[in-house]
Amino acid sequence: MNGVGSIINIFAILLVAVGIAAYLTWLERRLIGIWQDRLGPNRVGPLGLGQVVADMVKIFFKEDWIPPFADKPVFILAPAIIMTTAMLSFAFIPYAPDIGVIDLNIGLLFVLGCTSLSVYAAVLGGYASQNKYALMGSLRAAAQTVSYEVFMGLALMGVVMLSGSFNLREIVEAQQDGWFCVSQFFAFLVFMVAAVAETHRTPFDLPEAEHEIVAGFHTEYSGMKFGMFFVGEYLSVLFSSVLVVVLFFGGWLGPDFLPPLAWMALKTFGFVCVFILLRAALPRPRYDQMMSFGWKVMLPVSLINLLVTGGVALWLGT
Amino acid sequence: MKLLSLLLSQFTGMWLVLTHTFSKADTVQYPEQKPALFPRYRGRIVLTRDPDGQERCVACNLCAVACPVDCIALKKTEDDDGRWYPEFFRINFSRCIMCGFCEEACPTYSIQLTPDFEMCEYNRQSMVYEKEDLLIDGTGKYHDYNFYRVAGKSIGGKDKGEAENEAAPIDVKSLMP
Repeated sequence: MNGVGSIINIFAILLVAVGIAAYLTWLERRLIGIWQDRLGPNRVGPLGLGQVVADMVKIFFKEDWIPPFADKPVFILAPAIIMTTAMLSFAFIPYAPDIGVIDLNIGLLFVLGCTSLSVYAAVLGGYASQNKYALMGSLRAAAQTVSYEVFMGLALMGVVMLSGSFNLREIVEAQQDGWFCVSQFFAFLVFMVAAVAETHRTPFDLPEAEHEIVAGFHTEYSGMKFGMFFVGEYLSVLFSSVLVVVLFFGGWLGPDFLPPLAWMALKTFGFVCVFILLRAALPRPRYDQMMSFGWKVMLPVSLINLLVTGGVALWLGT
Repeated sequence: MKLLSLLLSQFTGMWLVLTHTFSKADTVQYPEQKPALFPRYRGRIVLTRDPDGQERCVACNLCAVACPVDCIALKKTEDDDGRWYPEFFRINFSRCIMCGFCEEACPTYSIQLTPDFEMCEYNRQSMVYEKEDLLIDGTGKYHDYNFYRVAGKSIGGKDKGEAENEAAPIDVKSLMP
């Protein structure tokens, strides 16, 4: 019964992913607190771990209000989309040699497709809210995703060239001799920037920039629907970290004194902390700065990286 | 080149934030740890007494006039000696913003702010302090000051010209200097 795609694997991955995503709210608040010389939530339970439960109970009992002017079916659909796409993408990740849900030959493409689909949550949510701030937010989300998706995909093509496969498990196994973060360093940088933009987090949280457009596309959401947007964001943070580890940091590969899954978890935790550090340290750019940075810096860098990688790969005859 | 320095500044910013992992938190965990309050901290308002144990307040109303949120109410009355004092003195602490303007306005050092802010109540009406709640037995921050001993106003037991450093009153009907 054990192995890739078993029932135990499916449910364990689903529960662990959602559970970790919920506890990321606590981790983020504690870490940002520490970095700002505060303590963060430390009252409820040991180390404040009960804060997540308390927040969950609160958000379940909050009034789930749908504005009378909203487009009701679409309004309800939007938070479901972000949760679905965020959880769906966890299915294609190889966590350890025999842990995973499914190994697709085109796993990487499917994963990119899932992250692109998640923008529909922002766009539909903002559109259905019938609110100008929400619409501004979803316009920004759409433009940001379109522009950052381009070089996110292009940056990964170098990895695909070196490993010769779109299958994520084979990409991990191709890193036995050396992680791709060395040979594909610029692709890694570009992918990190694009991942932050894809997850709509600071410094690229322009779709929900609360100082400019209230709360962006989820301005009109309350109660558990807002909670789903919230958990969806943390799910995509977790997913981006997992993806960076799988593509550039050798997935479960590591010295033998720890089991493969532990290596995976450790590396992922490290990248989650990097995401939180980015939020704690960097200010939000202006919208036009973000767009021009994407098209004028990131796109050329990823194209040059792709060209050089292709040339070297041909020259070495691999 | 400009772009590179911009990129570098992002990383130095992140490094600076990361070094704060090891710096101590400034948080005072309040109910267990008490914050250090200084003697001139502006908290709960009291009415003080002069060194003789009499009320300092002369009900001049300057504090009520100075109060930006109008939380002070009082009414003047007079005792048999001719001393003025407030018949009632009422501060609504649910409005008070602890600005200390009343203390600055007070000509007799009567109204003073103290380093105490723990005055939460479950009942809103309990935030209204009457004179017996405000009046303390001591002299507060100014131990020697006694308004009636230095002021020219005559009260029972102290006539005009008998106050400290006060010359005898000039007889305006006389031609002598």
